[in-house]
Amino acid sequence: MPEQTLMKPHRLIMVLVAAVLVLTFAFMMDWAWLPKYSSEILDALWITIALLVSSIVVGFLLAVPIGLVQVTGPRPLTWLAMSFCTLIRGTPILLQMWVLYYGLGSLFPYMPGLRQSWLWPYLIEAWPYAFVALTLSFAGYEGEVMRAAFKGVPRGELEAAHAIGMHPFTILRRIWLPRAVQRVLPTLGGELILQLKATPLVATIAVVDVYAIFGRIRQETFIIYEPLLMLALIYLIFAGGIAFVFRLLENKLPARG
Amino acid sequence: MATNYREMSAAELLSLEPPGWGGALLDGLVVSLQVALLGYAIGIVIGLGGATLKRSGGPVARDLMSVYTTFVRAIPELVLILLAYFALPELLNNVLSVVGFGRIEINGFAAGVLVIGFVQGAYATEVFRGAIASVPVGHIEAAHSFGMHPLRIFHRITIPEMLPAAIPGLSNLWLIAAKDTALLAVVGFTELTLAARQASGATKHYFLFLLAAGGLYLMVTLVSAQLFKWLENRVSRGTRYA
Repeated sequence: MPEQTLMKPHRLIMVLVAAVLVLTFAFMMDWAWLPKYSSEILDALWITIALLVSSIVVGFLLAVPIGLVQVTGPRPLTWLAMSFCTLIRGTPILLQMWVLYYGLGSLFPYMPGLRQSWLWPYLIEAWPYAFVALTLSFAGYEGEVMRAAFKGVPRGELEAAHAIGMHPFTILRRIWLPRAVQRVLPTLGGELILQLKATPLVATIAVVDVYAIFGRIRQETFIIYEPLLMLALIYLIFAGGIAFVFRLLENKLPARG
Repeated sequence: MATNYREMSAAELLSLEPPGWGGALLDGLVVSLQVALLGYAIGIVIGLGGATLKRSGGPVARDLMSVYTTFVRAIPELVLILLAYFALPELLNNVLSVVGFGRIEINGFAAGVLVIGFVQGAYATEVFRGAIASVPVGHIEAAHSFGMHPLRIFHRITIPEMLPAAIPGLSNLWLIAAKDTALLAVVGFTELTLAARQASGATKHYFLFLLAAGGLYLMVTLVSAQLFKWLENRVSRGTRYA
């Protein structure tokens, strides 16, 4: 019973120590720079949130077929999806981002016709590369998770749906996919937090997210501790929020049988 | 004398001898592996200690471990690296100057090993906690009743019995450690990723060198995955699967 055991004497002391620490940080340290940069920090927060949400949504949409073809075949597609997952999971995401931004980005100007196409204005910006790299990475990791989830749905349920004459596509939409998603939900919160922790890498390709803005603050103000602590706090709050929402979701959803 | 990289073939660019940059990449790989191995070893030590504390330590120790694992799992490694690289040396030097010692420097290598060890420790704690929980209590009690020393029980009974359950998690952690070393490129520490970036910047062959680095990482992860599979088979000899 966590409710009953939450407030033990030693916990109260720990909370007190934490409160004293936070208050010391708040009053003893130099936070004068904070109001000056607040609007920039807010803008950067939105960039981080936009990158996180968009890469997760698109990445998950990609992960579904990537996971599915590894269970159903056909062979060439299975092989393709498997190598994609191995490639993404086997190399650092920082390197993937740099391959896209510096590597592919340096080849694009030499491709005939590309300069005149509608894509060009996007290709000279940094954020599309950040978005694509984060999306592909999430698709790779989540594709592997979805493969296991699709495989884990009991065969009997699919056979029953088949027996009452459901179209294969209807089976996927009404039975297979919902049951698989139900299986991954408990791990999805952790995956989202991992993705959140990958977002600051976009600062290395000149996208101004929260991490980048605090880097600038550090360079301009020469303050060592405060911006870093604030940055850590922001990510803590983000991750805490994600964990909290998923706790709620998990309690709301019926337990899987 | 400037070398004309533009007209060199991929094989010449990647060759190990100086006009080629292959040697620089391999040096980077060795540094990456050193940081990863040291960090991984520290992580395992922290993990074993942490799991023991979480299972049999006092309530305060258990809560402190929870705080540690929660913080590490929520804060990006990149931020931790900045903290270790910029804030920690400053803090240490302030403390040392109060005590009357000279200044110390934390270089990229030490910061990398520290951060990777610190992060791995948090995840390893969870891996080992789960694995130790899978050891039947009766086996440990039996060893107790023979009068075995607790340390001896740990290394003769607990560790061999928990390894089959721990190896998959440890394998994952090693892959994470190997890939996390790339983040040190951000503080200008020349490991594999930054070496590739430098090579590509000098030669303007960005795609080639970054892909080559990717190939090296992939080789490391594929080979270690095979090694861990072999290890898992080895430590779970004689285990019955229900």
